[in-house]
Amino acid sequence: MTAVKQRLSGFDFQNMVVYIGFIAIFIFFAVTLYDDGFLTQRNLTNIFLQTAPATIMAIGLVFALSAGEIDLSFGSIVAVSALTAAVVLRDYPLIMGVAAGLGVGILIGALNGVLVAYLKLPSFLVTLATMGLFAGIARSMTDLRSVPVMNEAFTGFFGSGKLFSVPSLLIWTVVAAAIGHIFYRHTRFGAHVLATGDNPRAAQVTGIKVPRVRLYVMMICGGTAGLAGLLYAGRLQAAKYTLGESDLMTVIAAVIVGGTALNGGKGSVIGALLGSLLMGMLNNGLILMNLKVSDQMIVRGLIILLAVAVSLRDSSR
Amino acid sequence: MAGKGIVMNNELNVLSLKNIHKAFGGIVAIQDFSLDLKAGEIVALVGDNGAGKSTLIKIISGVYTPTSGEIKLDGQEASFSDASAARSNGIEVVYQDLALADQQPVFMNMFLGRELTKPPFGLLDKARMRRESQELVDDLDVRIPSASSTISDLSGGQRQGIAIARATHWASKLVLLDEPTAALGVAETGKVEDLIASLKEKNLAILIISHSLDQVFKLSDRICVLRRGEQIGIRETAKTDKNEIVSMITGVA
Repeated sequence: MTAVKQRLSGFDFQNMVVYIGFIAIFIFFAVTLYDDGFLTQRNLTNIFLQTAPATIMAIGLVFALSAGEIDLSFGSIVAVSALTAAVVLRDYPLIMGVAAGLGVGILIGALNGVLVAYLKLPSFLVTLATMGLFAGIARSMTDLRSVPVMNEAFTGFFGSGKLFSVPSLLIWTVVAAAIGHIFYRHTRFGAHVLATGDNPRAAQVTGIKVPRVRLYVMMICGGTAGLAGLLYAGRLQAAKYTLGESDLMTVIAAVIVGGTALNGGKGSVIGALLGSLLMGMLNNGLILMNLKVSDQMIVRGLIILLAVAVSLRDSSR
Repeated sequence: MAGKGIVMNNELNVLSLKNIHKAFGGIVAIQDFSLDLKAGEIVALVGDNGAGKSTLIKIISGVYTPTSGEIKLDGQEASFSDASAARSNGIEVVYQDLALADQQPVFMNMFLGRELTKPPFGLLDKARMRRESQELVDDLDVRIPSASSTISDLSGGQRQGIAIARATHWASKLVLLDEPTAALGVAETGKVEDLIASLKEKNLAILIISHSLDQVFKLSDRICVLRRGEQIGIRETAKTDKNEIVSMITGVA
């Protein structure tokens, strides 16, 4: 009897929301938007490619939320990283642009991390401030102008390129999810992240270096945001201060719907991947339905609200 | 019992505290405290709130450094810079509030901060941690559904069982128990007490803080009384009674 109960409670509805929601929305759009080409391979691939940057950010955010922290600044990091890479690529080769873009992201993450881990400031407030700070810096970097990216190696690698006819953005997504998942579930670091978010005191008395874990998760968020910036710049063949601006809500929603707890100790990288695809599918479907942009925003907001409410309801019991 | 006592006297003290003194600024928390602990012995530390019991536990576990005095572990002078140093010297603490990560499975808690990995990539060896955790709880007769159960699905007694099993697994010398049954019901307290009693056979030295004199008399070999940071005395449990201990605690004869 207890074994059965154990099984049933092991069937965690919260963790299943993303799968059920994913399939439900997919079927809904497949039926209603069949004539509009929702099911075409081209459209489905498009969804994957368009969500690639958001998926990468979502994977980073899983680590921060699981450790009991949050990052609100990743959208601004995307813009700063993309602009930095684009500016560097004007005069320097591929590798320099990539290093600069990623490096800036990791560095901003480290700034967030030091403030959170060692000055013990709440990550919500720290990243709220750095979100504004770096949004401003992104605007002033090139006086609001967009910077074209001419480097073909870069735009191929991070944008339109293919490897054995697989789009590079798809490869980035799959590789990031696989690496993220392994780190999260199968390394000591992942275990320490979960323990830190679950019970910082327990983590600390068992010898886990809690501040270092907090620093690292913020750096991971910065790094994934930097990579997302490169992917945007590669796909659009240009960088602009608006990149990443509208991703905050989508990415947080993707992560929460994917079964990651807002207050730490629990999460899933694969869930975040599916959550992000779900958000992408929603975007795509609403556009194919010919909704006005304002209506799209309203519908998307309502659906995210519903999804998050369903995902979180179970955990408050 | 008396014969065993003589044998124990010949053994080296696992822990030896001599003239420990601890002050926080001008406030004296512990004053001239001395105690020897032997392997396989349970000593109870009793005293009113604010008597300095928890401060003493924190000194032994490396959280606080004593202002003066000497700590010897296995006869060797020891000074722990922090809790990890004490831990790597075989001292484990079981806290009243458990220090478990509730949303993680039992086996991850058992190996928290000391996770086992396997070659070639250094990934977690979950199968081995699960197996060893299961053996450990079976060995100590802590009944839980499985080593994969999530902590939050367990009862208070089961959780404290896990915390104690973890401490005994990692402690090579000394286990400090800080009110291990304070949050438990009657039946669960009984189980945890049986568990603590069984630790004697593992040849560990055990120092337990408890507010329950029944528990102290049931478990301990000796009782050490603190009052306002002062060491009032040590009694052999078999040769004293509750009245004497109570009057030592309160200072009322």
